[in-house]
Amino acid sequence: MSTVTEFLTKTRGRRQPDLTDIITYLYLALGTLLMFGPVVWLVLSSFKTPAEIATFPPRLLPYRQETVEVEGYDEPLPLYEVTLDDGSTAVMAQVRRVGLEAQLIDPASPDEIVKVNIENREPVESVSFRPDNYIEGIQSFNFATYLRNSVIVTIGATLLTLLVNSMAAFALAKYYFPGRTLIFLIMISTLMIPLSVVLVPVFLVITGVGWNNSLWGVIVPGAATPTGVFLLRQYMLTIPEELLDAARIDGASEWRIYTQVILPLSRPALAVLTIFSVMWRWNDFLWPLIVLSRSELFTLQVGLQSFQGQLNVQWNLILAMTVVTLLPITIVFAVLQRSITTGIATTGMK
Amino acid sequence: MTAQSTTRATRSIGKSIDGAFSALFNALIGVTDTFFSLVQRVVGLRGMPYIFVLPNLLIFGIFILFPMLLNFVYAFTGGIQFFPNQRPWVGTANFEQLLTCQNFLDPNTCYQDRFWRAVYNTVFYVVFQVGFMVVISLATALVLNSSIKARGFFRSVFFYPVLLSPIVVALIWKWILQENGLLNGILTGLGFDKVPFMVDASWARFWVVGISVWAFMGFYTLILLAGLQAIPSEVYEAAQIDGAGAWRSFLNITLPLLMPTMTVVLVLALIRAVQIFDVVFAFTGGGPGTATLYMVQYIYDNGFASPTKQYGLAASASLLMAAVLIILTLGQLRTRRGEV
Repeated sequence: MSTVTEFLTKTRGRRQPDLTDIITYLYLALGTLLMFGPVVWLVLSSFKTPAEIATFPPRLLPYRQETVEVEGYDEPLPLYEVTLDDGSTAVMAQVRRVGLEAQLIDPASPDEIVKVNIENREPVESVSFRPDNYIEGIQSFNFATYLRNSVIVTIGATLLTLLVNSMAAFALAKYYFPGRTLIFLIMISTLMIPLSVVLVPVFLVITGVGWNNSLWGVIVPGAATPTGVFLLRQYMLTIPEELLDAARIDGASEWRIYTQVILPLSRPALAVLTIFSVMWRWNDFLWPLIVLSRSELFTLQVGLQSFQGQLNVQWNLILAMTVVTLLPITIVFAVLQRSITTGIATTGMK
Repeated sequence: MTAQSTTRATRSIGKSIDGAFSALFNALIGVTDTFFSLVQRVVGLRGMPYIFVLPNLLIFGIFILFPMLLNFVYAFTGGIQFFPNQRPWVGTANFEQLLTCQNFLDPNTCYQDRFWRAVYNTVFYVVFQVGFMVVISLATALVLNSSIKARGFFRSVFFYPVLLSPIVVALIWKWILQENGLLNGILTGLGFDKVPFMVDASWARFWVVGISVWAFMGFYTLILLAGLQAIPSEVYEAAQIDGAGAWRSFLNITLPLLMPTMTVVLVLALIRAVQIFDVVFAFTGGGPGTATLYMVQYIYDNGFASPTKQYGLAASASLLMAAVLIILTLGQLRTRRGEV
């Protein structure tokens, strides 16, 4: 026991934990509870039956009533712990319930029916993580379609973003040409004006191009992000000019310099932009909401929002589908968390 | 299969995928290079930078810059027609409608009362959300910057909600705060009455601030942490030798040296707070009543959701909002320049 406390309270360089350390770790523990708790609660709840979803106060873990197969009955029968008239208890299967009276049988001798007041029986339950909600949810939620649309949008938009942004960043970082400053200034100045400010005209332009209700309308417009151009340009400025000149002397075309000198050397910045872009596109809501109105084109986020907006949709299904929606990004984060957090910490400032 | 041979198998699979990719990539470079060498022969070396910026500039021009200009057309025309050429010029009538109030402090006396409710809700939200978030993010960054075990893990813990989509965040919290939800369960367990969090206007406003702090604070914590780590430790050591305590070091070293980072955080947080939309849209839908109706939702409602589309009002409201955003951003640039 003392070794455990020693391990828990050991601090770097100091033997005795002082008040500051205790407060620090309390803060971190509370923070972990607040940050992860809601998501854990969501996952636990997503395995609950509709009946349990409605139970108040809610229980932490998903329980399910145990059942038993009895000969002569088509359906498995629910098990109850019954207090009999003589005060003894027994585990019995319920055949039917009539008003306040429950009719139960002993699974071992199925012929003898015992009648008990429903007050005198308690369901036999065990913790169970059955995927019923997920199976039913995926059928009614059109999950496969939404997932496919989200994947197409995320991958397509990220590839396009990387290509056009890196080309523009290369030109803005490595060439001196008339209009360069103007282009750069216009792009940077739009950084502060977000999409939400120009909703109506953007919708008009999308309609004019004919991309209303097309995934192209979600993929292309956001690809020319000023943030991405700026981030890549700042990085490319650090690539020495001599490398480019050497390549030119060797007879390389400008395109070859871009693909075989600039792109490989910009890998770290490209990686950060990839992470950003995947995050933006996977979670994007407002743009697809405006562009897409046919449900077979919905992305996961728009689909989930319209799913929760429908009347009479049960919480158990919504919760399961919410878990499915957050799962991919959570897995990516779990694998790449170190590079994501350091990448954002070093570039988020700009 | 042993662990070692599994690793070897994975590695060789990885290598062959890598090989396939680089072969594909090289083929792609070969094909595109033939094309772009031809282009370079036509436009010359001086023309190439324009070729490189062209795709980005086209997308940018068509989908960002052009709509921004079109927005002015919408703002100064009226009617319910969607296409600008069918809309009659009305001058500043839309702005006058938005800005007509007998008493600017009371939205009930305004011609567009929903607009002014949205304005006041947004101001309230921005002040509280940014205030709380910056304080909590700073506290968290300071804790993460002290000598703790598993810093990388805790850094990820606080960052995790940032990755969740607004809809997911809204649904998670709606589930916790609903009438028979976890929080009310805990409250009744402690002997309190249930609280109608989603039905009561003040509580709904409170929780909109609360969940957006929860969802976004990790991002600002990371930026502030990077700022803290950039402060050289020699400065603290020197202060310690001079007999400065922890509190004085914080006031006289940490805060002043963190100010540039703080400015960035403040302005980013302000700009995002003014634009709050999707979390709230899925969380309360603007309700109860108009308690959590914010600016962007007012624009969205007028432009897309309401049966009689008021494009002119939506566009003029968004121009007013853009003006506020530009002032906020220029404010940042000014203060930052002042420091450098």
